[in-house]
Amino acid sequence: MTDATRLAELRQKFGRVPEGPSDPKPGTVSPREAQPRFRGLESGHRACQGCGEALAARLVMECAGPDVIVANATGCLEVFTTAWPQSAWRVPWVHSLFENAAAVASGIEAAMKARGKNTKVLAFGGDGATYDIGFQSLSGMLERYHNVLYVCYDNEAYMNTGIQRSSSTPHAATTTTSPAGKERMGKRHLKKDLVSIIAAHHIPYAASASVAFPQDLQRKVRYAMGIEGPTFLVIHSPCPLGWKHDSRLTIDVARKAVECGLFPMVELERGSLSNVMPIRQVRPVTDYLELQGRFRHLFADDPRAEEERAHLQALADYNITTYGLTGGDPDNADTVGTAAVGRGGHPAGRLRP
Amino acid sequence: MREALEGSQAIARAVALCEPDVVAAYPITPQTHIVENLSELVAQGDLHTEFVSVESEFSAASVVLGAAATGARAYTATASQGTLLMAEVLFNIAGMRLPLVMTVANRAVSAPLSIWNDHADSMAVRDSGWIQLHATSNQEAVDTTIQAFRITQETELPVMVCMDGFILTHTMEPIDLPDRMAVRDWLPPMAFSRSLDPERPLSLGMLVSPDYFPEIRHSHHAAMQQALAVIEEVDTSFHSRFGRAAGGLLTVEGDPEAKVGILAMGSTVGTLRAGMAHYVEAGPARLITLRSFRPFPAEALREAVEGLDCLIVIDRAISPGLGGVLGTEVAAVLSQSARPPHILNHALGLGGRDIPETVYVDLLDAGRDPDAPRFSVFDADMTKLAPEDR
Amino acid sequence: MHGRGGQGSVAAAYLLAATAFEAGWQCQAFPSFGAERRGAPVTAFVRVDQTQIHLRSQIRTPDVLIVQDDTLLQDERITAGLKSGGAMLVNTARDGGEIGAHFGCRCVNIDATELAITHLRRPIPNTGLLAALVTLEGRFALTALEKAVSGRFNGTILEQNLALIADAAAAVSAGAWAEEMSDA
Repeated sequence: MTDATRLAELRQKFGRVPEGPSDPKPGTVSPREAQPRFRGLESGHRACQGCGEALAARLVMECAGPDVIVANATGCLEVFTTAWPQSAWRVPWVHSLFENAAAVASGIEAAMKARGKNTKVLAFGGDGATYDIGFQSLSGMLERYHNVLYVCYDNEAYMNTGIQRSSSTPHAATTTTSPAGKERMGKRHLKKDLVSIIAAHHIPYAASASVAFPQDLQRKVRYAMGIEGPTFLVIHSPCPLGWKHDSRLTIDVARKAVECGLFPMVELERGSLSNVMPIRQVRPVTDYLELQGRFRHLFADDPRAEEERAHLQALADYNITTYGLTGGDPDNADTVGTAAVGRGGHPAGRLRP
Repeated sequence: MREALEGSQAIARAVALCEPDVVAAYPITPQTHIVENLSELVAQGDLHTEFVSVESEFSAASVVLGAAATGARAYTATASQGTLLMAEVLFNIAGMRLPLVMTVANRAVSAPLSIWNDHADSMAVRDSGWIQLHATSNQEAVDTTIQAFRITQETELPVMVCMDGFILTHTMEPIDLPDRMAVRDWLPPMAFSRSLDPERPLSLGMLVSPDYFPEIRHSHHAAMQQALAVIEEVDTSFHSRFGRAAGGLLTVEGDPEAKVGILAMGSTVGTLRAGMAHYVEAGPARLITLRSFRPFPAEALREAVEGLDCLIVIDRAISPGLGGVLGTEVAAVLSQSARPPHILNHALGLGGRDIPETVYVDLLDAGRDPDAPRFSVFDADMTKLAPEDR
Repeated sequence: MHGRGGQGSVAAAYLLAATAFEAGWQCQAFPSFGAERRGAPVTAFVRVDQTQIHLRSQIRTPDVLIVQDDTLLQDERITAGLKSGGAMLVNTARDGGEIGAHFGCRCVNIDATELAITHLRRPIPNTGLLAALVTLEGRFALTALEKAVSGRFNGTILEQNLALIADAAAAVSAGAWAEEMSDA
C-alpha cells in the first residue's frame, strides 16, 4: 500500500472530513465534527481547567496527524490522558519512564527504519523530563540524528508531583521547593536556556512556541513534521495551579510572557537563528508577573522585590536585544493566532452559516 | 559449523543468525566484545539491523523498549553497572510484557570496583520480571540466545541470557553455530500482539490505579509460571532440530544414588563437573545445574533433590545480612518437600576469584563437617582480614 | 603464556587454541582477565585435550610456559607451578640452556622479536613463538598453525606470517619436546 492511500484510509478511519466534493454543507454537521483537524488527543481527559499543556498537546496532534507514534515521558500529560482502562489518545502511544522518552522514541524510529515505514515518531515531555532528568537521552537522540520531533510542554516546574522547581522555573518564581521567605525571593537561579543548548546540536530545526499563538505553533509543528531528522519544539504552557492564576487566564498569561520578552519565540535551523516572532508592543514584565501568584512576593513592599523585578526586566530586555524581538512588521505573528482560533481553522466563514 | 570462537564473538554471531531489527548497546567490560563484534558484522554487511550506539545503558534499554513496542525484534547486552543503570527500564520492559532478548555478561557490582565475574548484577534485577537463563558454556550461551528469541516471542516476556563475564565471554573454544537458514526456519517471524501501529492505535504503559494493579502483577506472575513449560518445550524443539539441548529448566548428572548434591548456575558447573570426574575418591555426588533462575522451577527442583541428605548450593552472589541469594531461594522452595535435604550455602568466586578444580573436594568435605556453617563465603581467606572484620 | 600488554599474548593464546582446533583437538583459551594496559604483564592460558574440556579454572600447573618478553624472567616466580618435566619457551636472544639451568627446567630460546621485525617489520613475536612451540612439541602439524593464521590474516600480512612461521620452525629442533609432552 502506498503511503498516500494508507494515509487516506487512516484519515477516513479517524474522523478527518473527506476532502473535495463530499465535504458536508455548512450547517449540516456540528462544528466539532466538521473540524478539518485530526483529533489525536480526545476531549474527556482529566486535565485541570485551563491546562496549557492539554491545549498544546491537542494543537500539536491536530497537525501531526494520524500516521505517528507518540512516546510520552512521565508527567501530567501522561497521567491525565491515560488512566487505565481509559485513554484519550487516538494514536499509538507509549509511556515508559520519566527520563527516557527521547530514547524510547529513538528505538521506535529505529524500528520504523528497519521495517521501511515512514510513520513519524513524536516524543513528548514536560520541562522536568526535558530540561532535567531526561536531558541526557534527549541529547543522545539529537546527536544520533533520529527522525523524531521532540515536543517539550514547558510549564516551568514539576507540576505532576505538586509544583517543585525545575531548571526551567523562571528566576524568582516560587514553587514548593523554592518558596519565598525572609531569606529567599523564590528560585535563586536562572531559567535554563534550553533552546540554545538544543540548537548547539546543530539539528535541522529547533523552535519555541506558545499556546497563546496556536497558528504559529501549528505552523512550527507542520514545518518540523516535514523535516527528516531530529527537530525540537518547546511550547510555553501555563499551569493555572502551579503558576497560581485564574484558569480562564491561561492564554492571556501565555501571551504576556511572549509580549514582555521573557519567553522569546525563536526558530533556529542548524544552530543558527532563522526567524523570530517580533513583539508589536513590548510590555513591561510586571504586566506578566502580576497575573500570577508565583510572583506575588515581587510586589511586596520590600527592596528585594524591587531588585528582583528589575532583574527579571533585565532578562527580558536581554532576550529582546539578543534575538531582535522589536521591529519588523507590526501586524505580524501576534495577531494571526487569534484569527485562527476564531475561524476554528476553517477558511473564513465556513462555520458561520 | 564448528569453529573455534571467542564467547563474545559467538554470541554476536548467534544474535545475527536471529536477524534482529534493532540492536542498541553501550559498551561495558566484559560485554564489550559482543557489541564490537555486532558492530563489525553490521559494518561488513553480515547483519542488517538498525544498530543504535546509545549514550548510556539507560538509553540502550530504552531504545530496545521502544523498538520492541512496535513489534520489532530487538536485542541488547550489558553487564554489572550497566545492568544497574538499566534497572528502572528493565522493570518497565517486563511490566509492559515486551518481547526482548538481552545478554548479561555477569560481573560484580562496584564498590569496590571489580571488572571480574560474579552474579551480583543479574541478581540485583531478579525481581524485575524478566526470564533469567544461565549458561554453563559458550555453546549453551549461543543456543540459549537463539532459544531466547523464540521464548520471548511465545511468552511475551523479556529474556535475559546470563553468561559469566570473562570466564565465558573471553574464552575461545569450539562452537557449533547453527546454519542461518535452519535458524530462520526454526525461529518464527517476529510478531507481537500489542504493537504500536497507527492502523490499530493503542496506549501502552498507562497509569494503573489500585483497582487494577494487583491483577496485573498476578497475571505477570502467572505468565512467568507458564513460561516454565515454554522454556522446556523450546529446548526440546531446539534439540530435535539442532541435535543438542541447552539445559531445559535444570539438569541432573552424577551418581543417582549419591546422598550429597551440589547445585550451581553458570560456568562454575564446568569446573565442578571436571572435579567430579577427576576426584572420584572424594565420593559420589549429584550435580544439579540450574538454568532457569527466573521463572524458578520449584517442582523440577523438588524432583531433582529427591533422595538427597545434603544439598550444597553454590552462589556467585551475596545478599549481605542474609547470605546467598540462590541458596536462600532453594531452601525456601524445598522447605515444602516431604523430606528436604540439609542445605548448605556457599558463595564462591565473588569478584572473579578463580574457582579451582579442587573446590569439588573441599565442598564435599565441608558437607560432611557437622560444624560447617550454613552459609559462608567459601573461598574467603580470613587471614587477609583484620580480626574484627572476620 | 606470559607477555606484556601490546605483544599479542591473548591473540597468541587464541591462535594456539585455533591451531589445536584445526588439528582436530578440543581447546580452550582465555586471558587472565586483567585491565590490560600496554606494557603491563599479561598472562593467557590454553588447554588442549582429546575430549571436551569442562574445567574453567586458571592454569596453575602448566606443562609448557611461553614467555614473550625476557624482562619477565626477572620475576623468579614465573616458573612456579610448572610441572616437573615441563618446559619453557622464551623469546630472547639469550641462551635458552642458561635460562633453563637458572630456573631448573628445560628451556628453548628463539629470537622471535628479531624474526618478526625481519618479516613483519613489527616486533610482534607471537606467530614465531607458536611456530617454534608446535615444532618442538610435534603434537599438531605446522599446517594446523598455518591454517589458524590464515583464519586471522590475509594478503601480504598472511604471506609475511607464513614465511615467519617457516623460519621460526626451522630455528628449533623438531620433536625435541615430544616425549615429555606426550603424557601431558
